[in-house]
Amino acid sequence: MQSTEINRPREPQQQPAMHQWFETLRLPLLTLTGALALTSLALLSTGVSPLQAYRILLFGAFSSPGRSSDMIMLAAPLLLCATGLILTFRTGLYNLGVEGQLALGAVAAMLPLRLLPDLPAPLLWTLCFACAATGGALWALLAAGLRLYAGVSEIFAGLGLNFLASGLALYLVLGPWRRSGSASMSGTELLPRDLWLPTINTLRLAPLAPIIAIAALAIVWWVVRRTRWGLELRAVGLNPGAADRLGVPAHRRIAQAMAACGFLAGMAGAIQILGVFHQLIPNISSGVGLLGLLVALLVRADPRWVLPVSVVFASFTVGSVQLPLALGVDSSIAGVLQGALVLFALLARGLLARPG
Amino acid sequence: MDQTTIFVAAVLAAAAPLIFATMGETLTERAGVVNLSLDGTILMGAMIAFAVALNTQSVLLGFGAAALTGALIALVLCFLSLSLRQSQTAVGFVLALLCTELSSFLGAPFVRVPGPAVPFLPVPGLANLPVIGPILFRHDLAIYTSFLLVPLVGWLLFQTRAGLTLRALGERPQAAYARGVPVVPMRYLVTVAGGALVGMAGAVYSLDLKQGWSYRHTFGAGWIALAIVIFGGWRPWRVALGCYLFAALEIMALRMQSVLSGLPTQVFQVAPFALMIAVLVLVNLAGSTHMSRRIGDLPPSLRRPAQALVDRLAAPAPAALGQPFERP
Repeated sequence: MQSTEINRPREPQQQPAMHQWFETLRLPLLTLTGALALTSLALLSTGVSPLQAYRILLFGAFSSPGRSSDMIMLAAPLLLCATGLILTFRTGLYNLGVEGQLALGAVAAMLPLRLLPDLPAPLLWTLCFACAATGGALWALLAAGLRLYAGVSEIFAGLGLNFLASGLALYLVLGPWRRSGSASMSGTELLPRDLWLPTINTLRLAPLAPIIAIAALAIVWWVVRRTRWGLELRAVGLNPGAADRLGVPAHRRIAQAMAACGFLAGMAGAIQILGVFHQLIPNISSGVGLLGLLVALLVRADPRWVLPVSVVFASFTVGSVQLPLALGVDSSIAGVLQGALVLFALLARGLLARPG
Repeated sequence: MDQTTIFVAAVLAAAAPLIFATMGETLTERAGVVNLSLDGTILMGAMIAFAVALNTQSVLLGFGAAALTGALIALVLCFLSLSLRQSQTAVGFVLALLCTELSSFLGAPFVRVPGPAVPFLPVPGLANLPVIGPILFRHDLAIYTSFLLVPLVGWLLFQTRAGLTLRALGERPQAAYARGVPVVPMRYLVTVAGGALVGMAGAVYSLDLKQGWSYRHTFGAGWIALAIVIFGGWRPWRVALGCYLFAALEIMALRMQSVLSGLPTQVFQVAPFALMIAVLVLVNLAGSTHMSRRIGDLPPSLRRPAQALVDRLAAPAPAALGQPFERP
């Protein structure tokens, strides 16, 4: 079930300069046309004008400073997850467990907040991020262990662990960590204001979140392009058996790539707690991990495109929130557009790679 | 009727959608194709079946529409992975997510709307038999179909010439090709037919067991079905056993809720997934080389039964599962 499609090197281009523009633009044009056609069809079937819907979907996230803040606060954890997935995809792994790794990171981030609430805030935040990253990495290592020692494909191990992590969050919210008074699906008690990550003015934008995410991307970019370890991950992804015989410890690299991805997903979980929701809610991961998988698949784990695509995907999701009020349609059309983009990117790659 | 009879009857009914989905996926994977889109396909099937049945007041048309939807999704998977050679895992996963979102979007007008359902249909005469009557013959047509589906798929795979060809597609596609079997078109055919069964699994939910439609109506059933196919070692009877086992444990978990009052009810929803991991570990460990060495260390009298047990648990996947076909 492993695939090396993602890592296939580009064919060298030998066309004259005139054609080169067309060649490079064919793939994105085909992808966009297909995805917009499918999404428009879905919109038309509900009797909504696609143009009006796209105006909100594409530009809604930039219509006010508040919405742009929300977009950045979604893009930051998304970028962290997609960045982590660069490492696992290069290693030939489908880390579908990234969603659960984020959720477990969020749960772990709650531990210092509940146990040591009197520490000075900056120290507490550092502890939160450390706990969250450790929690995410351990959850990922569990999936890696199931893959390496019990032969369970990381796809099913990850998926199962996703549901378990969300079950744990649900249990904590309704059980031991419930609000004083009655248990409620709406989440645990809100954190005191002085423990929220500092924001710009009254906006919800906490600059620390995007700074951490971009720093993580920079480090991972450097690691995969410039270090031996990064190269070895790719060797394992292309052919684990051959890599092993050439002296690359494949098992260890697989575990390390998973742990590193879980580490970053866990940090995303800490951002969800400290910067976005300010409490633990049952659906703390809210699909960010799965969206990260779509981002990584769309850009074929190429670090150059992870940041722009994460921002675009986050703006779709934030823009779509206004759709039910403005046009009376469900906001899940953002997910349809995101999924369709990846599906048609696969289609376009397949079509353009065909000989003749 | 005593408690046990009611329980067994409930388990047989509750496993029906899983039977549809796993039989479809068993056929597909036996032909060498992994359709990872199951979870999204079931949701789309459930939503379309309910919408069509509601608008036409025909449950049968609902099932037909669900089958068509599942077949269409499988066709997309085939085109992208078999013809355009994209990774089956990537395409299946993206389809699973896309169809999930699409079902939420298109199904929004139907949330919690009352609609038609498969009518209760006890088999005349047989339904009044003691014990067997209530267990087997007091259900509806969808559930009777699930009973027939398992022997049908078993017979098709292992007793017919077509089944032999189908298994060759998944085990040794090159050899099948050399014998004149058109590998890629045949894989299309099997995957699309399997997809239709998976789509109907959705209809069994929305028109029968969990009547109606809601956001993420079937809660991860597709992922469970994929795991059950592995647990069942791609053999229809064992896959069916896996479905009944999961259904039984799920119903028991529901009953436990009233006993274990300390735990919030929603937490039980994730119980099947813990079980899914445990079951996959068990099956894989039983098949490992480590295990065969362990058995070698056992005293001779125990060796044979231990080996038999392990052989029953561990089943190898079709050799060419998930791999693109290269013409020799």
